[in-house]
Amino acid sequence: MTDLFFYIFSAVALISAFTVVFSRNTVNAAMALIVTFLSMASLFVLLEAYFLAVVQVLVYAGAVVVLFLFIVMLLDAKEDKQKKISRISTAAAVIGFAILVMGVVAIQSSPTLAEASGGELAASQMTLKTFGNQLFTTYLLPMQVTGFLLLIAMVGVIVISKKAKQPQS
Amino acid sequence: MEINPIILKFVYAAVVVGVVMGLCSYAVLAERKVCSWIQGRVGPNRTTLPLIGSIPVIGKFLTRLGIFQPVADGAKFLFKEDVTPAHVNKFYFIMAPVLSLVPALTTVVVVPFGRYVTEAGEIIPLVLADLDVGLLFLFAISSLGVYGVVLAGWSSNSKFSFLGGIRASAQMISYELAMGISVLPVLMWVNAPGTDGTLSLFDIGQAQEGLWFVMWMPLSFLIFLVCLFAETNRLPFDMAESETELVSGFHTEYSSFKFGLFFVGEYAHMIVGSCVITVLFLGGWNPAPFLTWDYLGFGDGILGAVLSVGTFMGKMCASLFLFIWVRWTLPRFRYDQVMRLGWQYLLPLSIANLIVYIFVIYFLDTTSF
Amino acid sequence: MGMIIKRKPLNILERLYVPEIVRGLSTTFGKIFEKPVTLEYPEQRPTIPEGYRGVPTLVKDPQGREKCVSCQLCEFVCPPKAIRIQPGEIADDSEYAHVEKGPKEFDIDMLRCIYCGMCQEVCPEEAIWLQNQFSMSGYTRKEMVNNKAKLYELGGTLPDQHFKWNKKKEAAENAAEGGHH
Repeated sequence: MTDLFFYIFSAVALISAFTVVFSRNTVNAAMALIVTFLSMASLFVLLEAYFLAVVQVLVYAGAVVVLFLFIVMLLDAKEDKQKKISRISTAAAVIGFAILVMGVVAIQSSPTLAEASGGELAASQMTLKTFGNQLFTTYLLPMQVTGFLLLIAMVGVIVISKKAKQPQS
Repeated sequence: MEINPIILKFVYAAVVVGVVMGLCSYAVLAERKVCSWIQGRVGPNRTTLPLIGSIPVIGKFLTRLGIFQPVADGAKFLFKEDVTPAHVNKFYFIMAPVLSLVPALTTVVVVPFGRYVTEAGEIIPLVLADLDVGLLFLFAISSLGVYGVVLAGWSSNSKFSFLGGIRASAQMISYELAMGISVLPVLMWVNAPGTDGTLSLFDIGQAQEGLWFVMWMPLSFLIFLVCLFAETNRLPFDMAESETELVSGFHTEYSSFKFGLFFVGEYAHMIVGSCVITVLFLGGWNPAPFLTWDYLGFGDGILGAVLSVGTFMGKMCASLFLFIWVRWTLPRFRYDQVMRLGWQYLLPLSIANLIVYIFVIYFLDTTSF
Repeated sequence: MGMIIKRKPLNILERLYVPEIVRGLSTTFGKIFEKPVTLEYPEQRPTIPEGYRGVPTLVKDPQGREKCVSCQLCEFVCPPKAIRIQPGEIADDSEYAHVEKGPKEFDIDMLRCIYCGMCQEVCPEEAIWLQNQFSMSGYTRKEMVNNKAKLYELGGTLPDQHFKWNKKKEAAENAAEGGHH
């Protein structure tokens, strides 16, 4: 049963992810992105990581894509004409794919990771409380750094969006 | 006889959804009645059913009260001509009403509406799924409800609908933050050190056997209430609809049953919102502060369950009444006022509120334990 | 003359919104228990003020004589041309044979009528009156045309002080008897 669900949701996630990349209609792409996030959340549920699943839906599907849609609609993006793919994006795609392959190979060949995924699921013992504890003790530094990064982004946006003072004329 | 638990769950779910839909249709009636009373009118008082309506005194009374009106409303939505304009994006146009109703009905799953104490003294929550992350689940799913509005506005391909959709999305983002932060003090109190960490709505309801949270976190309650009005697109925040300036906003191009789905969706959102506010702040199924049905001696068995559900429903209806009452009292905010209220007042206020309660709860904790 | 009204700046309580909202809510809550002002129409009828211009009707005088002499002035003056009259003769053996003319057919098309009251104003016989009837409805266009019978049914009888035609007849009879000129 769980396996069946896993295959269904991963298939949906993959198909909709490809739709995001290849769709020429931006609204279609955004909607496909929501489907991707939702099926990712379902995969988290199958891993019994409920908190992650819910946060995935809340933050990404619920807020981030709304912002995307908002921007897409405000800009009134028409369906793209067949555009030439620039050299930089080709290079980026190649490098990204290479990193992906390397990652898969690394996971496959790493002895510790294979062992962990074969054993008992770590997430199943993960109640909300232990999750919070871990976040604020073991992983405090990464969390603070992430928070700081977000803060920088926010300050940056405010600085950019603030209009330069017009000289009085 | 053993019934397959999955089938049983389906039956429960069908019952709960049925009750919510019924409540929706009567919420519409309540809206119309309360509105007309406030405006010095009588309201729907003609619709009647052949047999029940002709019972001497009761039938007349029920007809005057408009009890049969929802039947007529529903039939009207079903049988009116369904117009799909030629200029719409068909796929999203048809999907949007469904997308606005489904999240509202899904969130009902985690809303507890009572408790049942078995003979062994075990407390069983009356809820479809008592999730550990119930509250977050509720926020997550209800935040998906905005897509119905946004897509309806976009796919209608008309400027009124479009403006409605744009406004709805901006408003939804602006108030979600303040809403989330305003309930954090409640969660912190429920999850004070020494207790099991939980975001289950049932446990939050159970934690209010003493003081209700509205009493010692009134500011949280107020912020949450305002945000709830904004999230359910109710006046004074019905930016998505603004019928005085945008015809009727995001559902301008909709007719018949599709419009009906939006309509029911709005009321379903309201009902779920009322349930949540009851559980979080108004003491859930406890009849009065510092008073539980257990204490009165009615807490056990079926009677206790019925009483707790009844209390809960009563509070929920009161909260629904508040929604309606406010709608017919206040005019709509201007769009920039909505944005200013959300970002410049409610968000800082909720953060300040959170910080104050962090200290309060910390000191209460360190001194009393 | 324009007048500038100085608005008082809001005080702190008013700017907090909440107290003012509560005040508004208490006002509307009080209204809930007030008696509704609704007039429940088909059962309760509004009182029609005097001089009301409702549906145009034909009236008879207290002696039951039809007043209209089919002079067709109303037909002529009617702005939307809603009135159609077919004049007819009054039979010789009638008591009112000296009136000579009466309407054979008299139709008012209520789909055209604009309730202006000019027919009533122009009528030399005070035979056509716009009375209290204000709701005309029908399922077909034909139903919305009031014929003579319907017009008399709607109009009924109105009091009359003059009895002009009786006096005329009397005068004529006196003259025939050779009274004073």
